[in-house]
Amino acid sequence: MSILVYTESENGKYKKSAFEVASYAKTVADQMGTTATAISFNASEGESLGNYGVSKVLNVSGDQFNTFNAEAYAKTIAQAVEKEGATTVIVSSSANAKYLAPLLAAKLKAGYAPNVVEAPSSTTPLTVKRTAFSNKGFAHTEITTDKKIIGVSNNAFGINEIGGSASVEEFSAQIEDADFAVKSLEVDKVAGKVSIADADIVVSGGRGLKGPENWGMIEELAEVLGAATACSKPVSDMGWRPHGEHVGQTGKPVASNLYIAIGISGAIQHLAGVSASKTKVVINNDAEAPFFKAADYGIVGDAFEVVPQLVEKLKEFKAQNA
Amino acid sequence: MKILVCISNVPDTTSKINFTDGDTKFDTNGVQFVINPNDEFGLTRAMWFKEKQGATVHIATVGDASVEPTMRKALAIGADEGIRINAVPTDGFFVAEQLANVIKDGDYDLVIAGRESIDYNGGMVPGIVASLLGYNFINTCIGLEVDGDTATATREIDGGKEKVEATLPAVIGGQKGLVEESDLKIPNMRGIMMARKKALNVVEPVDATKATVDSKFEKPAPKGAVKLTDSVDELVSLLHNEAKVI
Ligand SMILES: Cc1cc2nc3c(=O)[nH]c(=O)nc-3n(C[C@H](O)[C@H](O)[C@H](O)COP(=O)(O)OP(=O)(O)OC[C@H]3O[C@@H](n4cnc5c(N)ncnc54)[C@H](O)[C@@H]3O)c2cc1C
Ligand SMILES: Nc1ncnc2c1ncn2[C@@H]1O[C@H](COP(=O)(O)O)[C@@H](O)[C@H]1O
Repeated sequence: MSILVYTESENGKYKKSAFEVASYAKTVADQMGTTATAISFNASEGESLGNYGVSKVLNVSGDQFNTFNAEAYAKTIAQAVEKEGATTVIVSSSANAKYLAPLLAAKLKAGYAPNVVEAPSSTTPLTVKRTAFSNKGFAHTEITTDKKIIGVSNNAFGINEIGGSASVEEFSAQIEDADFAVKSLEVDKVAGKVSIADADIVVSGGRGLKGPENWGMIEELAEVLGAATACSKPVSDMGWRPHGEHVGQTGKPVASNLYIAIGISGAIQHLAGVSASKTKVVINNDAEAPFFKAADYGIVGDAFEVVPQLVEKLKEFKAQNA
Repeated sequence: MKILVCISNVPDTTSKINFTDGDTKFDTNGVQFVINPNDEFGLTRAMWFKEKQGATVHIATVGDASVEPTMRKALAIGADEGIRINAVPTDGFFVAEQLANVIKDGDYDLVIAGRESIDYNGGMVPGIVASLLGYNFINTCIGLEVDGDTATATREIDGGKEKVEATLPAVIGGQKGLVEESDLKIPNMRGIMMARKKALNVVEPVDATKATVDSKFEKPAPKGAVKLTDSVDELVSLLHNEAKVI
């Protein structure tokens, strides 16, 4: 018996979420009196996961895994579960993890609890707390099947460094061409840009910014902070910003450490999608904007004055703290 | 082409969320139910397949009789026929097995579901359905074309987009982008009248796995008051020293 954790990498390097799910897996392993094994695809530096409590890493190599394929990855992970006799699988909340988890659930006949925000409150039955109703509530969910999958919400659990090194084994699964039946034709990623899902800080603009031509200052602010840019739904509906930036209940969820909302009123559908962010800052010229009720910090003021000042101040701050 | 759109019946996005029975149940009191937004985009996309490529469009919902108004709305938008699987949907695995059973018998080329339901946010039903049936599965779909037995789709991925191709039968996990917000169809009077006469077949559930139980619910802790400042200096200092996020 062990815990298997799927640790994601990109171009061979582990993503930050890999360290978070590894930390989570170690906690669950301790609760169950067992060890945590990681599985990764084409990752170098598997040993480094030891720092987060993983004892062993199964690394899967092969050019066919360079581009994510949900079915092939899920099938490989299912075989690793078998080999390790794992009872519980831990995955992140990335788009890829959310794509493969249900396929894995079907293969393992496993119950899957997504968006989990804390370590299990009980191991028999395995009970986890997860967000539901688009962050307007939490559910305490018992997984009642023999095998179980926990999807950990981004940034909810945090990273625990404990020191240590993991042993690394090559793992190869029985995979056929048919498992790549959903064929990737083209991947289009904006190079050098932080994605909303991976970002620690997200800077978001709403209709209060008046038009797409005014996004320069938003991008500048994002750049000084190393943040991802996002927007409210009408902004993407009007084509001011790409669809992929729309956050909220019907867009992307945001669970960053810092969310800065500029010229966004704070409609319930918007708040639902961003409330998992730890610290929220609102800049709005209307003191009555509902977003202030959901914010930690706020400036009542004109974005066109406040944002450039904030950019300058942050540049100074960065120069001092570099 | 025969299409099934899976429709989940969810509280309207403006709903206040409360729990009842000692926090063990979602309180439906005063809540307006609607077609899950992600499914609404898929339904409209299916209508375009019907108009331009002569597809037949069925809808299916796992739910008790209370979901019928939402299903009638989908029929009024233009779906040809509805199937209601008569069970309360409390678990994603269970729902997926029910849908898979209906799909297996219905000979569908394309199954369009949503990326997730906005109530329980499982994001698992379409993937499990596909896997149970051995159909190809494309998630977070923001563009879809079908030519012969090949589907070409654009998916949203973290930090960008991916173009993929798969042969039918396939299951789609869709979202906004499949069609635009402004393309969404609103039922008109004629549609509503016609929907009354369309078949809404009720089938009984099959025995299936229940993999999870939501034993208790909880509302988020109330938020402390916002700290307002009119100085960016103070804001930066608060973010650094107090919130420790920069
Ligand atoms: C089914 C459904 C789903 C939805 N899903 C989402 C979703 O996922 N995400 C989402 O965002 N919305 C969603 N919405 C839309 C939501 O209801 C709101 O309409 C939307 O969030 C408003 O966007 P906004 O705040 O940018 O614009 P507005 O509501 O127009 O607010 C603009 C704000 O900018 C402020 N402002 C104006 N000028 C300035 C200035 N110079 N400086 C500073 N501030 C200024 C104003 O005071 C105002 O508060 C959904 C709606 C529906 C019906
Ligand atoms: N009870 C249901 N009946 C029909 N389809 C459903 C049901 N629940 C979920 N679905 C479909 O599966 C998608 C994802 O749902 P979920 O896994 O619940 O987040 C939804 O957008 C629907 O298309």
